Amino acid sequence: MSDASFVRSEMLSEQDPPPTSVGVIGWLRANLFSNWWNSILTVLCLAAIWYVLSGLLGWTLLSVWNAGSLNECREIMIASWGSTHGHACWGVINDRWLQLLFGFYPPELYYRPILAMLLLFAALAPVLFADKVSPRLLYVTAAYPFLMPWLMWGGSIWTPVGVAAGFVLAYLVGRKLGGTVPGLVLGIVSAIVWWMLWLGLPVQSEVFGSGVGEILVVGLGESLASISPDAAPFWLETVESRKFGGFMLSVLIGVVAIGCSLPLGILLALGRQSNMLIVKAICVGFIEFIRGVPLITLLFVASTLLNIFLPPGTNFDIILRVMIMVTLFAAAYMAEVIRGGLAGLPTGQYEGADSLGLNYWQAQRLIIMPQALKISIPGIVSTFIGIFKDTTLVSIIALLDPLGLSNSIRADTDWNGVYWELFAFIALMFFIACFGMSRYSMYLERKLKTEND
Amino acid sequence: MKKSVFYGAIAAAVVLGGAAGAATLDDVKARGNLNCGVSTGLVGFAAPDASGNWEGFDVAVCRAVAAAVLGDPQAVEFIPTTGKTRFTALASGEVDMLARNTTWTFSRDTDLKLDFIGVNYYDGQGFMVPKALGVTSAKDLDGATVCIQTGTTTELNLADFFRVNNISYEPVPIETNAEAQQQYLAEACDVYTTDASGLAATRAAFESPGDHVILPEIISKEPLGPVVRHGDNEWGDIVRWTLNALISAEELGITSANVGELAGGTNNPEINRMLGTEGTLGDMIGLDAEWAQRAIMAEGNYGEIFEKNIGENTPVGLARGLNAQYTDGGLIYSPPFR
Repeated sequence: MSDASFVRSEMLSEQDPPPTSVGVIGWLRANLFSNWWNSILTVLCLAAIWYVLSGLLGWTLLSVWNAGSLNECREIMIASWGSTHGHACWGVINDRWLQLLFGFYPPELYYRPILAMLLLFAALAPVLFADKVSPRLLYVTAAYPFLMPWLMWGGSIWTPVGVAAGFVLAYLVGRKLGGTVPGLVLGIVSAIVWWMLWLGLPVQSEVFGSGVGEILVVGLGESLASISPDAAPFWLETVESRKFGGFMLSVLIGVVAIGCSLPLGILLALGRQSNMLIVKAICVGFIEFIRGVPLITLLFVASTLLNIFLPPGTNFDIILRVMIMVTLFAAAYMAEVIRGGLAGLPTGQYEGADSLGLNYWQAQRLIIMPQALKISIPGIVSTFIGIFKDTTLVSIIALLDPLGLSNSIRADTDWNGVYWELFAFIALMFFIACFGMSRYSMYLERKLKTEND
Repeated sequence: MKKSVFYGAIAAAVVLGGAAGAATLDDVKARGNLNCGVSTGLVGFAAPDASGNWEGFDVAVCRAVAAAVLGDPQAVEFIPTTGKTRFTALASGEVDMLARNTTWTFSRDTDLKLDFIGVNYYDGQGFMVPKALGVTSAKDLDGATVCIQTGTTTELNLADFFRVNNISYEPVPIETNAEAQQQYLAEACDVYTTDASGLAATRAAFESPGDHVILPEIISKEPLGPVVRHGDNEWGDIVRWTLNALISAEELGITSANVGELAGGTNNPEINRMLGTEGTLGDMIGLDAEWAQRAIMAEGNYGEIFEKNIGENTPVGLARGLNAQYTDGGLIYSPPFR
């Protein structure tokens, strides 16, 4: 009677879960085939993926690398597979990849854009990964804006040195006068005077007579350069803008636009929120005007209208013009993205800053901007990626970016008729760059995440 | 009102630009190279090779002018221009001349203040159809779908042609020649229409060019030629007579191979005048006596340039047709060197 058989007296030993719910099968059952509806979807998706990949992989891998022309490619395809359908002719990339990367930049000077690219990473590292690299690299960051143009365009080292010295001068004058508004103005004025002395006054030399006058007109930098020998390291062979092209051109315009548009955008966003009527009006007017005009229009203005309005004979570098236009365009969008971040901050943050006795710039620097920028990261990076891709629009004004070059390459009788291979290569290059930016922004968001959730 | 001020400003700037650039020859000599506006890429006419050297039928004209003026056919800065930027580039002085398959039309010559200095290629709009369609004349194309580049004169020519012949068509608008090629091969349209030289180049790139025919009808006149700014006649003369020298050279049998020999003096006074062994033709256009020799030596005479870049032995494979010398039944004709 006492052996209550319906009560278990000992624990069952642990058992392995059923084989269908662990391992690969378990994962498949849980994620892909959890019910009949999901199973159908899974099968359909697999079929679609298979369909795409079977064509794409065959096209990509069963392809011709060593061919000097499209016809040669086709002959090899016929010889190997009996048909030209479904096989890529990578011979065009093999033949022209350097041109697609560097445009018409002189091959013996390829080391310069490559060095500029490597230095770009060195300059970005302390900004992007502040906690992982030595803060001393910030010196590279500070020098980069002056070093990069010198490496890319060449010329005398005294030009970038002089330009940099102008900024140092402005900073020193401003600090001497204690960061006040007149100090700021005086600093800017002294820098401009310095640059005019260094780069040459925009007047005729007859105004001064010979001797000193000539030095004033050609500029101190030029005079110094003519004293020093035309040899490295003080002199790099100059490369004209017309030689720039390919992916290098896209990266150059993109990096400059990205680098300059963020600070400009921050200033514009602050200006738009300002209480000062004129500042606010200018900022709103600028942002709304630029956002109301397509980038193509601005590029046309840069390439054709400016040519007509500038005094004849003015040689205003086309790439510089384009970089300015793209930067202004990006800055207007950036300003709105950052304004969104500013709007996302509760008023308490502003009031808190005021109650601590911080002045406007201190409050912005220490309290407002760190939070507002953090909120805006996805928007900022989207703008960056968008601008980087928009650089391909310069092909419309006959700058030979990768897309423009693809047209030129097709105009060679050897490669007339090649499309997908060129576009695939260009797309891959852009994808690598944009995907990198996107992953970085996700990393940054994770790193800066402070909320508990 | 505002608009007129704007155009006034442009006109004033253009006039100023023209005035300041009045001595293009001096500018070119001081600069040491010729800024030549070319297409960003057109098969057979202008294209950079793998090392960035430009080649082509239009490019050869630039090289000849550079050789005549500066003595070096390599002293050319090729400035790629698009259909939209080419005229401003010229008017603003960014380029010294355009050699960019530009059709000579009334309004471009007069209203845009440009000077066409001659014709180096007589083109015309044609049609390409698949052979399988069984069409032998453009007049059989009633109801056809036609791939056509938008915003060009070809679009208007097409409309005119079908209206005159009282037949209908359905346009498939496309943007570039590359797109057209894909659409046509994908059979999105029955017919592709553009300049006959472009059709030939496009067809040459097909896997099986024999499956497609170019119909005999040419429905428009497209005289393509180099262009210079209005108002600098000295410079215009130099470019015009350099082109004429290339054309005359073919007529007179002067080639890049024998020009050195003929420059020693011949029994033909016109050859002697042109090559500078007789008379002072070079002086009259502000160049030295050997200018034409160098122009011919640069890339050869007109016929050689044609054969090398777009002739029947090249992939483009164009017959001389209208572009034969007038002595062979074509339209290529140079005024005498006298």
